Amino acid sequence: MMPVSPFKLSGVLWVLAWRNLWRNYRRTLIMLTAIAVGVWAMIFLTAMMRGMVDDMVRGSTSTLLGHVQLHHPQYRDDPNIVNSMPPPSTSLQQALNSESVVAWTTRVRVPAVISSERETTGITLVGIDPESERPLSFIAHKITEGRYLESPNDRGVILGKRLVDKLETRLGKRVVLMSQDPDNNVVDRGFRVVGIYRSDPSMIEEQFAFVGRTTAQGFLHMGEQISEVEVLGSDYRQAKSLAVPLRQTANNETVPIEVLSWTEIDRYLGSMLPMMDGFVLVWIIVVFTALSFGLVNTLAMAVFERVREIGLMQALGMKPQAIMLQVLFESIFLLVIGLVIGNLSAWLTILPLQSGIDISVVAQGLEMGGMSSMLYPSLQIEDMILATVVVLLLGMGASLLPAWRAARLDPIKALTKH
Amino acid sequence: MSAVTCQGLVKRFQQGDQTIYGLDHVDLSVAEGGFLCLSGPSGSGKTTLLNAIGGLDKPDQGSITIAGCCIDALSKGQLADMRLSNIGFVFQAYNLIPVLSARENVEFVMQVQGLSASERRQAADDILREVGLQGLEDRRPAQLSGGQQQRVAVARAIVSKPALVLADEPTANLDSHTAEQLMNLFVELNVKHKVTFIIATHDTRVMEYAKRLIRMVDGKIVEDEIR
Repeated sequence: MMPVSPFKLSGVLWVLAWRNLWRNYRRTLIMLTAIAVGVWAMIFLTAMMRGMVDDMVRGSTSTLLGHVQLHHPQYRDDPNIVNSMPPPSTSLQQALNSESVVAWTTRVRVPAVISSERETTGITLVGIDPESERPLSFIAHKITEGRYLESPNDRGVILGKRLVDKLETRLGKRVVLMSQDPDNNVVDRGFRVVGIYRSDPSMIEEQFAFVGRTTAQGFLHMGEQISEVEVLGSDYRQAKSLAVPLRQTANNETVPIEVLSWTEIDRYLGSMLPMMDGFVLVWIIVVFTALSFGLVNTLAMAVFERVREIGLMQALGMKPQAIMLQVLFESIFLLVIGLVIGNLSAWLTILPLQSGIDISVVAQGLEMGGMSSMLYPSLQIEDMILATVVVLLLGMGASLLPAWRAARLDPIKALTKH
Repeated sequence: MSAVTCQGLVKRFQQGDQTIYGLDHVDLSVAEGGFLCLSGPSGSGKTTLLNAIGGLDKPDQGSITIAGCCIDALSKGQLADMRLSNIGFVFQAYNLIPVLSARENVEFVMQVQGLSASERRQAADDILREVGLQGLEDRRPAQLSGGQQQRVAVARAIVSKPALVLADEPTANLDSHTAEQLMNLFVELNVKHKVTFIIATHDTRVMEYAKRLIRMVDGKIVEDEIR
């Protein structure tokens, strides 16, 4: 008669593990609650933090950053009008019209000075194509007074509310924009304020003035030249792969063009994603490491209470490996049930919060970090998988000690233990 | 052929500065189909000898052979295999697994041996019927009386037809009627299935069933009576 391997015994070991788990149901329920709450906390707080980062990134990418930008190679160091580029060639336009690109637009973006009758201040003048700009940035959706630009030839200007207040001007009044042409001559022109926008965060309102792109090109004597092409993909996390084919096409252009993803343009913001991933992993490990002490204690107690039974099983011919497996199976039951409850309750808690949490009480401070006053928790399946894998691995690791101790019990000492 | 052979077994226990001999140069040979009782006062070495024969405890000196196989150098896992294949245990305190039913307790050893579910079920039901527990198969130990529990333990010990059954005070917690029933069952198994029994006991009623009675004192065999 050949004894079977401990792994082939798993049927009876699962049964023993499951029934043993409920012998002290209070202790089991307490441990399950601890695991479930721990898992819930990991996932819920991760979703909140992801929501904050998503908000920051989306806010920034919709504030004239986009997912990918094309510039003259010197433009980022010196956003002067001389560092402009020609409009996209036919081959570049083909690449920009590929399936992976959701939308793209061309812009003129130069530093300028704006003057009203009372005040003068420095701003960034942005010449846009109103229709192609619409899906890319916030401006078309944030007009609170007046109107949006009607065409690239529109002769009006749109200003932010805070800039309007600062200049002590209003809708319908004229302002003067002043900048440099490619020959370094000062050029200026009067524009009527046709629209006022609000933005979130509001400091943007003081920064940008929007005019029609063709109007800007004429006023600045640029001809057909533009400052940048902004490209939007389907997911900001995929910006680097979106940039690859565009870069390959741009490399074949007759003029040098730099193609950069948003993470390369805004390195601080770009570093948020890997930093966040690292933080989530550390956070999950820290929470579960604390929990694993409880798990070890529960299993150690369970083994301690069953020393005689373990001795009996050894006396009857059960191998130490099978004893070890039995304790590990108990741990798996605890972990899996705790994970299911934790994941489910996190999902159920986050679900009703999808429409956003109003954090305007602290929004003033958050605006400094580029966040808006509404927080949208972002539940990602990857985070749930990460939490599940980490909890299972750490939990099994922590369970090895009591399982190993159970397997090492001396049958005689175990059988005679009172 | 001998079912069990022990040669020069010594087992020492340290109690403070004093060395106590649990087994003091014990030589013993038990023939196949034997029915042997170990008697003697508490601390005489009966249980120590049973544990050594069962491979649960290693003697400090000497050699043990079970069914022609020397167990002295076997590892923990190999000893577990040897017990599984050759030995059935009946302990004083019923020692059933509380979370398993009577049938599952009996099936447990066969499960470890790798028998199929249908074979296990058939054998378990047969043996439980034989020990008079028909209809109680699905009860857990806590729902059985002391005598019933001990019969489940006996059923588990003999279900896989081991060559040797080691019983340590099997009647200690039983009333006289149940004890008699249990001993009759042992005798029947011994006669019918040629199972070798080694029983450690204080109980004179049990000794009356023995074909061979060994009396131990201070770890030594002081009397060996063949009836």
